[in-house]
Amino acid sequence: MSKPGCARLRLFVAIVLACAALPVSASEGAATPSSFATLIKWLPLLLKGFAIDLGISVASMAIGTVLGAVVGVGQISSRAGVRRTSQWITQFFRNAPWLVLLFFCVLLLPYHFTVFGFSIPFPAWAKGIIGLALPVMGNVAEVVRGGIQSIPSGQWEAADALALSRSQTLRLVIFPQALKRMLPPWMNVYAVLMMATPLVSIVGVEDSVTVARSVLAAEGSPALLMPVYGLVLLLFFAYCAPIARCTRRLEARYAIA
Amino acid sequence: MQNANPIVDIRNVEKSFGANRVLRDVSLQVRRGEAVALIGPSGSGKSTLLRCINGLVQVDKGEVFAAGHAVHKLSTDAERIALRKDVSMVFQQYNLFPHLTVLQNLMLAPLEVLRQDRAEVEARAHQLLGKVRLQGKENAFPGQLSGGQQQRVAIARALAMRPSVMLFDEVTAALDPETVKEVLHTIRELVEEGMTSILVTHEMRFAREVAHHIHFTDRGVIVEHGDPATFFDNPQDPRTREFLSHVL
Amino acid sequence: MIGLDESLRSLAAGFGFTLSFVFDDYDRTLFLQGIAYTALLSVASIVGSLLAGAVGAYVQFRGFRFASRLTDLYVQAFRNTPPLVQLYFFYFALGPTLTSVFGASQPVLSNVTWAILALTLYAGAFNVEIFRAGIEAVPRTTVEAAEALGLNQGQAFRRVVLPLALRTSLPSLNNNLVNLIKTTTNAYAIAVPELLYASSQIWSENLNTFEMMIILLVFYMLVVGLFSWAMGRFERAIAVPGWGR
Repeated sequence: MSKPGCARLRLFVAIVLACAALPVSASEGAATPSSFATLIKWLPLLLKGFAIDLGISVASMAIGTVLGAVVGVGQISSRAGVRRTSQWITQFFRNAPWLVLLFFCVLLLPYHFTVFGFSIPFPAWAKGIIGLALPVMGNVAEVVRGGIQSIPSGQWEAADALALSRSQTLRLVIFPQALKRMLPPWMNVYAVLMMATPLVSIVGVEDSVTVARSVLAAEGSPALLMPVYGLVLLLFFAYCAPIARCTRRLEARYAIA
Repeated sequence: MQNANPIVDIRNVEKSFGANRVLRDVSLQVRRGEAVALIGPSGSGKSTLLRCINGLVQVDKGEVFAAGHAVHKLSTDAERIALRKDVSMVFQQYNLFPHLTVLQNLMLAPLEVLRQDRAEVEARAHQLLGKVRLQGKENAFPGQLSGGQQQRVAIARALAMRPSVMLFDEVTAALDPETVKEVLHTIRELVEEGMTSILVTHEMRFAREVAHHIHFTDRGVIVEHGDPATFFDNPQDPRTREFLSHVL
Repeated sequence: MIGLDESLRSLAAGFGFTLSFVFDDYDRTLFLQGIAYTALLSVASIVGSLLAGAVGAYVQFRGFRFASRLTDLYVQAFRNTPPLVQLYFFYFALGPTLTSVFGASQPVLSNVTWAILALTLYAGAFNVEIFRAGIEAVPRTTVEAAEALGLNQGQAFRRVVLPLALRTSLPSLNNNLVNLIKTTTNAYAIAVPELLYASSQIWSENLNTFEMMIILLVFYMLVVGLFSWAMGRFERAIAVPGWGR
């Protein structure tokens, strides 16, 4: 991590610790065992919850990217029907609140489905992954469309003049060039996704936020409120801030005028 | 090698972009092996006419025949692709593929479209690079080459498809004067070898020396045409005379 | 009137739709209230975040050492942490802590207030970056000219830099504010009776989850569409001919 980044992280940690210290001094009553020790005790569980968030975000990103690429290419199709459907899909999933889509998937998808007489359960986390993949699909479609459209028309003309078909042109000429330009906005979509992942705690998935609330309920100490939530914030910060910095550096390198 | 039937035959072509009538009743014939120059002020429709020949632009009225294809009747992609195997085009902005090396630029279309054998395609690519005097640049990327070098690669890339007709759209307009010469030299060699060429150009001296026939367009019509000597020394139409007085 | 009501109701029922929020008084009130709260959250946080963004951008423009560092920290913290956890931190952690610090028996701030605060700070952090990019797009020479004419830094910012920066920022700003409107649904988690919460109350009683979901999605599509259209009109209205793209 670069120097300013390290400094920022240290300052952030300092503030979180200060928050941990504040309630200890403010709370009346018996001396509580150091909030620190309690945090350490529960840390493994919280980390496991965070890993669930990570796993869900990666899975959603993968699914959403594949679907979004298809829809994105569909937006520039030569067939008007495909084009309009793709545009509608993109707009719909970009304009819908993430939480509503999550609710939609969790409440309206079946609890299990039968395949060849076997009943396969459909757990909440799987529905959560799908629910998050939908807005990712909408956003990735936009990124793909933007990347393709940023390639100068001269490339299309030259490929045409060389008798390349439309799909050959996309595959061999346009996409290889557009991929680099799509990378920073695509990473940005992941950052937004990662930040939205804790929403799954509202629809019954056991992630870091669920764990945090369980811990607080178990300990029952108001002095722990700020440290525990602060720790969750810290975990996300430690993961997302480097990604954001990397994205910015890539943006500068692949800048489109 | 001269054939009585023109290899490119344009009859009464009209084309408008919105309210703008770019081509109004243009007719033109080019015989096999001929080099034809299209000259005229900007906006007179020269580039559009060129694009009508290889189907990048669809004509509103009239007929276009090129290398045995009825271009004005093309409807399917397969037909268009068949046309472009016979008629190749070189652009003002070269439009090389920046993510591929020079060699890969040359080999892409023959491999993917003509589906030729890889060794054969590579050998021909090397030969073409020699022809445009760029041996040694096989593994360079377009971004590493000068404008003139890129344009010569573009010419080689178009030649790799073994076309019967080559279209050149103001290919030296974006180059600085020193590099213009090397590109014109390449084109002159092609013409002397018998390649049917249609050139849209501002290079009057070149047109005079290399072309077999000159056509002057203004505001969407061919005002005057003739062989270079007659055309440049004794222009008939006042519009031609005015244009030539400005550019010569 | 009652006859029309009955026939519409049976029509809807015929399609298998239960649109209780249209026909039932209680549900309708809930629904409209939900819209009102969503509107309140949206408008309040939009205004707040614009202010926060402008202040933060100004501080960084002027280069005040301590304030700039603080703003930077604020932006980093709120851009790289999940808005839901921020909301929980404010409402479940900071709120009770403040309450005990002030020794109050009742919570100091309501859940609606905390929601507005959290959303404001979240969107504000993004706005600081957006405004900063807009400010940087104003050529240095333009600012120098303003100062050469005798304007002090504050005046130069208000009269020259900000108007130009605003026009550059509008597309990104539109994006961010649309996201803000969508993010107001997070307030569901702290029982603010905004539209999602109201809808969930309606569907848990009437078991018309699917219909309510569709209504919700349509509602947000309309709101977002309307907002983007209005921003587009605004953009065109204040556009300076010949400047920018």
